[in-house]
Amino acid sequence: MHELSVCQGLMRQVERIAAENGAQIVSKIVLKVGPLSGIEPDLLQHAFTIAREGTVASGAELEVQGGQLVVHCRECGGSGEAAPNRLLCPDCGGWQVDVTEGEELLLMSMDLEE
Amino acid sequence: MCDTCGCNLTPGNAHLVDKKTVDVLSGLLDENDHVAAHNREHFERHGVLAVNLMSSPGSGKTSLLEATIEALGGEMKFAVVEGDLETENDAERIRAHGVPAVQITTGQACHLDAHMVHDALHGMDLDGIDVLFIENVGNLVCPASFDLGHHANVILLSVTEGDDKPAKYPVMFRAADLVLLSKADFLDVIDDFDTQKAERHLRELANAAPVLCTSVRRPDSLESWFAWLRETAAALRGGAGMTPGSRPASPAPHAEP
Repeated sequence: MHELSVCQGLMRQVERIAAENGAQIVSKIVLKVGPLSGIEPDLLQHAFTIAREGTVASGAELEVQGGQLVVHCRECGGSGEAAPNRLLCPDCGGWQVDVTEGEELLLMSMDLEE
Repeated sequence: MCDTCGCNLTPGNAHLVDKKTVDVLSGLLDENDHVAAHNREHFERHGVLAVNLMSSPGSGKTSLLEATIEALGGEMKFAVVEGDLETENDAERIRAHGVPAVQITTGQACHLDAHMVHDALHGMDLDGIDVLFIENVGNLVCPASFDLGHHANVILLSVTEGDDKPAKYPVMFRAADLVLLSKADFLDVIDDFDTQKAERHLRELANAAPVLCTSVRRPDSLESWFAWLRETAAALRGGAGMTPGSRPASPAPHAEP
């Protein structure tokens, strides 16, 4: 359950950004968590309810945007969606692909109130 | 209605509250990654190759280290950081071979992170060390998410675990720079581990990392691992920039049982 560690790191970032902006309250936090990020969005939501306690975001809503997993083939140039454990080119079936989308683990935005 | 809980806010007056959205676009692991970069600089200043060993519990990470220290101790200097939830057992096993070892006990934490390794480095003199092994907590899920500042990920998959582990734990195995199919002497007595299937599952993660069959009970089987270690340490000393998961574009050697 490393989602709690990740969430505690998130809360430190959130506190710092809120302070930099002179905000007293964070009402919403938006994250992007790709399917290959190694983070489970449901577990992150549970961890958030623990990690937010006593912070400026104690009443905040957490929005987790999923996103898709996209690969680009180095052999044939094909591109398209893939499953996390079958990163194969949708056109030629080859495995010499680069993941172009799906590894994101990002703090996208925050709603702040003074 | 009060000013404490927000119940005085109504759809009619909500626009009067000073509210703004700030775009951030920073990584959730930025804090960890910053410390990891610091650790990596520290290793490189000392010319130390840092290898992150990951696997399930009981795949033979500590035994591999013991065999490696015994075989290469005359030509390379090693140091070890051990990660476990509890006990000093593994560090004591390493120290018994005359190699410095720091034990990190994580309590309930299921992985090492860059801060824990940074703290452990305070208790370790890296002068004259060629290779630092960081033996992560036995776990095929969480350790994959945390950069420790190391240069390469070596993942052990013991043949008693099942050849479909890469398909079951894709985030972990996708990060591998080298996969060791450990306890390979058991291939003589078990018939349900197909080394080629294990390798195929790894390739299906778009990973070209070499796959080697190893057994600490068969010293000859460790030669390819030793060669990888020598080459990788020499490349680092030669100034090659290295980050974990930076995989070569061409297909790698095949597993040979």
